[in-house]
Amino acid sequence: MAPYEELIPVNLLTGSLGSGKTSLLQRLLSSPQLANTAVLMNEFGEIGLDHLLLESVEDELVVLQTGCVCCTIRGELSSAIRDLYDRRQRGQIPAFERLAIETTGLADPAPIVFTLTAEPVLRHHFRLGNVITTVDAVNGEQQLGANPETAKQVAVADRVVLTKSDIAEAGGVARLKAQLMRLNPAAPIIDAQSQPIEPNTLMANDVYDPASKSEEVRRWLAAEAKTGRAQSGQDLGASRHDAEIGTFCATFDVPLDWTAFGLWLSMLLNCHGEKVLRVKGILEVGGMPGPVVIHGVQHIVHPPVHLERWPSDDHRSRIVFIVRGLEREAIERSLAAFNGLANPSDLAVPAG
Amino acid sequence: MCALCGVLAAEQHWSDPASRPSVFDNRRLPPTRRQERLGRIALANRVLALFRLKLTDWQGQRFMLANQTGQTEMVEHLIALWPTAQLLAKRPCDPLDPDLVDYLKQNL
Repeated sequence: MAPYEELIPVNLLTGSLGSGKTSLLQRLLSSPQLANTAVLMNEFGEIGLDHLLLESVEDELVVLQTGCVCCTIRGELSSAIRDLYDRRQRGQIPAFERLAIETTGLADPAPIVFTLTAEPVLRHHFRLGNVITTVDAVNGEQQLGANPETAKQVAVADRVVLTKSDIAEAGGVARLKAQLMRLNPAAPIIDAQSQPIEPNTLMANDVYDPASKSEEVRRWLAAEAKTGRAQSGQDLGASRHDAEIGTFCATFDVPLDWTAFGLWLSMLLNCHGEKVLRVKGILEVGGMPGPVVIHGVQHIVHPPVHLERWPSDDHRSRIVFIVRGLEREAIERSLAAFNGLANPSDLAVPAG
Repeated sequence: MCALCGVLAAEQHWSDPASRPSVFDNRRLPPTRRQERLGRIALANRVLALFRLKLTDWQGQRFMLANQTGQTEMVEHLIALWPTAQLLAKRPCDPLDPDLVDYLKQNL
C-alpha cells in the first residue's frame, strides 16, 4: 500500500441547500491548480459545471451491522468512486490527482468520511483531504438553528466559506461569524465576497501535505489558544442555536503513552463517538523525538502524523474537542487515569 | 492470509505503530511488533479487569476476548474490542464513568 500521504486526496464540499456550494466549486475549478480534479456531485443544481470529469451520485446508504448513523457506507458513492478510479487506471479518463465531492444540502458528512476510510478498496487509493463547508450569510443563523445537520457540517469543517455576505445585514454577518467560530474555532472562515478564493488554502493545504502540515497545526493551536482565553473568561456562551455543541482543549503536562492513548480514544469514540464531532490534537508521546498529530471525525480517527519539530516552545499535549454534551474535566480525568496505567510514576495531570 | 486456516490478515488500527512506520520508526528504542502487541494486551487487560473480561493474543493476528463464564469472541482490532467487550460484559464500557476512572487510579 502506498504511503498515506501519496493517496489521492478527496475534498468534501458541504453546506445547506442554496449556500453556494456549486458556485464555489465553479470558481475553484477555473483555477489551473485544480485542473486535474475529478468531481462527484450528489445532485445537479441550476448552476452548470463545465468540467471534464463530472459524475453524479445517487443516494444509497448501506448500514453496517452494529453500525451507528455515522458508520454507514454510502453504497452509490463508493461505487461511483471505484468506477472513476477503475477508468482512471485503464486510461479511459485523465489521471486525476484530486477528487472533489459535492454533497446534498442535508447530507451528514460523517458517512461520507467513513466510506472513504473504511471501504476496503477506496482506503487503499484515496484519503480524506479538507472538508469545506459553505454557509449562507443571509440565512446561516436561521439554518444553524433549524437544522442540526448544518451545525454538524460546520463542526466537521476544515474550512468554512461564508457566501452572500454582500447582500446580508452587517450586524447579522458579525453574529454569524462569532457563532461559526464558537462551533469550530480551528477552521478559518473565508468570506467569498471579500477574500480571494485560493485553491491551495481551501483544498490542498492539509495536515498530510508535507509542505503545509506544520502551518496547519500552528493554526489549530492558535485557535486553541483563542478558545482557551474564551473559556477562561467563561465566554463560550453557546447561543440558543448551538446550545449543545461546545469546544474545549484538554491539555497535559507529561508525555502521553501512545498505547494507553490509543486504548483510551478507541474506548471513548466507541461509547461517545456520536457526541465527538471533531477531535484534533498535538501530542507529546513518550519516546518520540517530535510531536504526533491526531485528528478524527466522530468514530473515525485518521492515521497519525509526525512533525519533525514543535510549532512553538509549548511542548504540552493539547487536544481540541468539538463535542455535543461532553465535559472537559471528565475527558481530562479519564485520559490522565489511562495514561497513569502506563506511567504510574508520572501520572498525567491535566494542565488546568 | 494464513495458509493453514485461511484467515485473512487483520486490518491495522490507527493506533498500531506498524500501520505508520513513517511516524513511529522515529521512536527512540522502538519495541518489536510483538513486544508492542503484548504491551497493548497487558494494558487493555488492566481496564478490562473491571468488566471481568480477559484479552489474549491469537496467532499475532487477532485477539480473543473472554468473560468469566467462558464465553469467547474473536476481536480483529481495537475498533472491535470495545463493542465486543460491551457485549460480553453486558454493560457499557464508558471511559468517562467516574467509577472506572477511580478504579484505574486505585489500581495503578
